[in-house]
Amino acid sequence: MSTSTVDLQHDPHGEHPDDPHHQHHFTTMEQQFDTSKIGMWLFLATEVLLFGGLFVGFGMMQARFPEEFKEAHEHLQRPLGALNTVVLLFSSWTMVMGVLSARTNQRKKLVIYLMITILCACIFLGVKYFEYSHKIEEGLLPGHYYTHHGDKIPNTHGYATFFSFYFMMTGLHGIHILVGIGLLWWIAVRGNRGEFNSSYYTPVDLVGLYWHLVDLIWIYLFPLYYLIS
Amino acid sequence: MSEHTHNPKAEAALYLKTLIALLILTGITVGASYIHFGSGAANVVVALTIATIKATLVALIFMHLLHDKPVNGLIAAAGFVFLGLFLMFTLIDFDSRQDYQPRNMPAVVAPPTSTAPAPAAEHK
Amino acid sequence: MAQALTHSDPHIGDRPRPAKNYLNATTGIWSWMSTVDHKRIGVMYLVAVLSAFFVGGMFALLIRLTLLTPSHKLFGKVLIDADAYNRVFTLHGAIMVFLFIIPSIPGSLANFVLPLMLGAKDVAFPRLNLASFYLWCGGAALAVTSMIFGAVDTGWTFYTPYSTTTQNAVGLMTMAVFTLGFSSIFTGLNFIATTHKLRAPGMGWFDMPLFVWGTYATAIIQVLATPVLGITMVLLALERAFNIGIFDPKIGGDPVLFQHFFWFYSHPAVYIMIVPGMAIISEIIPTFSRKTIFGYRAIAYSSVALALLGFLVWGHHMFVAGQSELATVIFSALTFLVAIPSGVKLFNWLATMYKGNISLETPMCYAISFLLLFAIGGLTGIFLGALSTDVHLTDTYFVVAHFHYVMMGGTVIAFIGGVHYWWPKITGRMYNEKWGRIACALVFIGFNMTFLTQFFLGSKGMPRRYYNYLDQYQPLHAFSTFGSWVLGLGLFIVAAYLLASLRKPMDAPDNPWGGTTMEWLTSSPPIEHNFEEQPVLEHEPYDYRPKVKKHA
Repeated sequence: MSTSTVDLQHDPHGEHPDDPHHQHHFTTMEQQFDTSKIGMWLFLATEVLLFGGLFVGFGMMQARFPEEFKEAHEHLQRPLGALNTVVLLFSSWTMVMGVLSARTNQRKKLVIYLMITILCACIFLGVKYFEYSHKIEEGLLPGHYYTHHGDKIPNTHGYATFFSFYFMMTGLHGIHILVGIGLLWWIAVRGNRGEFNSSYYTPVDLVGLYWHLVDLIWIYLFPLYYLIS
Repeated sequence: MSEHTHNPKAEAALYLKTLIALLILTGITVGASYIHFGSGAANVVVALTIATIKATLVALIFMHLLHDKPVNGLIAAAGFVFLGLFLMFTLIDFDSRQDYQPRNMPAVVAPPTSTAPAPAAEHK
Repeated sequence: MAQALTHSDPHIGDRPRPAKNYLNATTGIWSWMSTVDHKRIGVMYLVAVLSAFFVGGMFALLIRLTLLTPSHKLFGKVLIDADAYNRVFTLHGAIMVFLFIIPSIPGSLANFVLPLMLGAKDVAFPRLNLASFYLWCGGAALAVTSMIFGAVDTGWTFYTPYSTTTQNAVGLMTMAVFTLGFSSIFTGLNFIATTHKLRAPGMGWFDMPLFVWGTYATAIIQVLATPVLGITMVLLALERAFNIGIFDPKIGGDPVLFQHFFWFYSHPAVYIMIVPGMAIISEIIPTFSRKTIFGYRAIAYSSVALALLGFLVWGHHMFVAGQSELATVIFSALTFLVAIPSGVKLFNWLATMYKGNISLETPMCYAISFLLLFAIGGLTGIFLGALSTDVHLTDTYFVVAHFHYVMMGGTVIAFIGGVHYWWPKITGRMYNEKWGRIACALVFIGFNMTFLTQFFLGSKGMPRRYYNYLDQYQPLHAFSTFGSWVLGLGLFIVAAYLLASLRKPMDAPDNPWGGTTMEWLTSSPPIEHNFEEQPVLEHEPYDYRPKVKKHA
């Protein structure tokens, strides 16, 4: 392996030498942007497997307690689940419009779309709060906190297991929504300051990817919990 | 940063169409849940198929995978493929293990009422 | 063209050492703690994982000393009781696996060398790299805390239902493992992005050094398998706290499901440990055989094949755990496939050495040790992958010996070899070559005394993790313990002469071994931003045809 050198000063690919967001170890802004995206997608793949573990556990426990799981499903309210699905899908659309606005230098529209996205996230959490408090009242709780009465099958742990998974999976998803609200707020503030434009909008794009993944996970949670019985 | 089409108006229209398609699919899957497709398994298949179509739409269009660098799509696919492997091998075991449901197992240990009180009774 | 390493350049190593390098470019503790320089993070990782190795090694010596006699007495006093023994072997396993071997090569050597080999200034995400190191520290702190609050005696595998019902500090230890998992994910994520986007101009995928290929394959596993470990640890902690009913059979859970969850990560984790070791060997052998590597593409592909196959065989840890017969047969059959890429590597290394101009400097001594020990480790794996023999050998010392041959004889030996290989680059100093070879011989002899014996113990029926044993096993146990002292002495000598080398002035040339990869282009130790000018690759890797002048 023999080598020669090139002089960075004369690198024809150095498109944005003066961009303040340009980190020293990247040759071009495009290389930096592509690298960030690869990093984000790798992170999303780890998220898929993190949630995936819970999905696998849920599937196996459903195979273990089919009757109990079927009965427990009926405590969840389909209309509320459907409402939250619509809210999240809509927020995904406002998010992608936000990314488009950032890329086309429309600062005001970016902030508006991000604010609508945050509003949707809050509505989602509000509905979730209503659902959770309903479950807590009825004693439909995880593990040894399960105190619900009037179940058909006696001496089984199946109902409690169902609600363990319900709270773990929707809870972990809810935590992701909360983190998402924080991230959306952060890029909204930065966007309002005019930090993003067609040549630098990486954070908006990455937060967008995160937000869509949160939506994507809900797309699976919704039928598994609310629809299949 | 050139993976997108360069017509913002066409892009916005595509996003709107995608949103409408996703909402329609949500309606279909809710509707389908009230229909009995012969067996419980069939309903699961219908619901998860629709969910997968929706997820694919989100990934390809909202997450730009359709026009993005292939490596990103490869990473996303890898996440799901390896999750699939996890699910598949675990299912092979569980499917071929007899008496997977506890109530069908021979009582090796005493029933839960005597050793551990039923969870409902535990916290009264 | 001051940076160029061309075969006709007679002055390699004669270039004056730059006054400023990555070690003295900035000073003060804070400049290290807040650094985003991959070289400094690599050095901090090296210190950290070697400390963990020291602690884990002390526990190992204590285990062997306890087993010296069936009465566990030393000078008339019982050394440790059975309860303490359970805690000691658990800590040995957990520290060695999670705090040492998994982060060892990726965190320290790969962190230092990978960007240099690619001709890059840093890894893709320097701050994430630092975060990974601090997560390691956090995980280590949690593990130490768990030792204070009663420690853990479940074994490093945390099998349920014992781990969900015991009163000792499993919760803290699972949080430690969870944190260390994310440290590992961030390292892997960084390496994948770096390899994709920061290769030097002219360097295609098949021009990369094989060390990069191995690290890349490892990173795939780190990213795709570790999240499942994370969720497993969370589920275990929740099962303990709220009886969620997934793993504990008393409340409707399935303990075999825990093993599926655990081994879905922990079997691929075996390849997180061994593939980087193989990657180091792929660098050392061509350099010290002065020959182009044989079967470059085969070695590169086999790294990736090992990474992927690693995901398909986890059930071979569960043959007698209550898994269904069908699953057992499938996992057993798939396990044999692992032999193919492992064999491909071994034969290609041997073919590289064949008719090479071999010089037995310390790194090469370790590489040859690796070939022998890994061959034994790999071949005994076939015994354990085969169902009928595994039923008899499960949970005996045969298994203990097998995985120590792979983990210690494979990974750790390669790691020590790699530390010697890159020591001049990292520290700018040469170590004492004579002591290096003596220590390598001691480590090799001590290792085989310790663990070859355990194959016999296991096949005679000595179960692993047992405190008590029958008198008839005592000669073998004693021999194994003597071996552990030789091994310990060897490693102590390594530490002594490496530390001693730090006291003398910098004397290492830029390219002491005549290597052909890019890390040898820069000064020893490298300057802060790695290269004075961006290196460009023009020739295929491991091109030794015209001999490069070697350090005398």
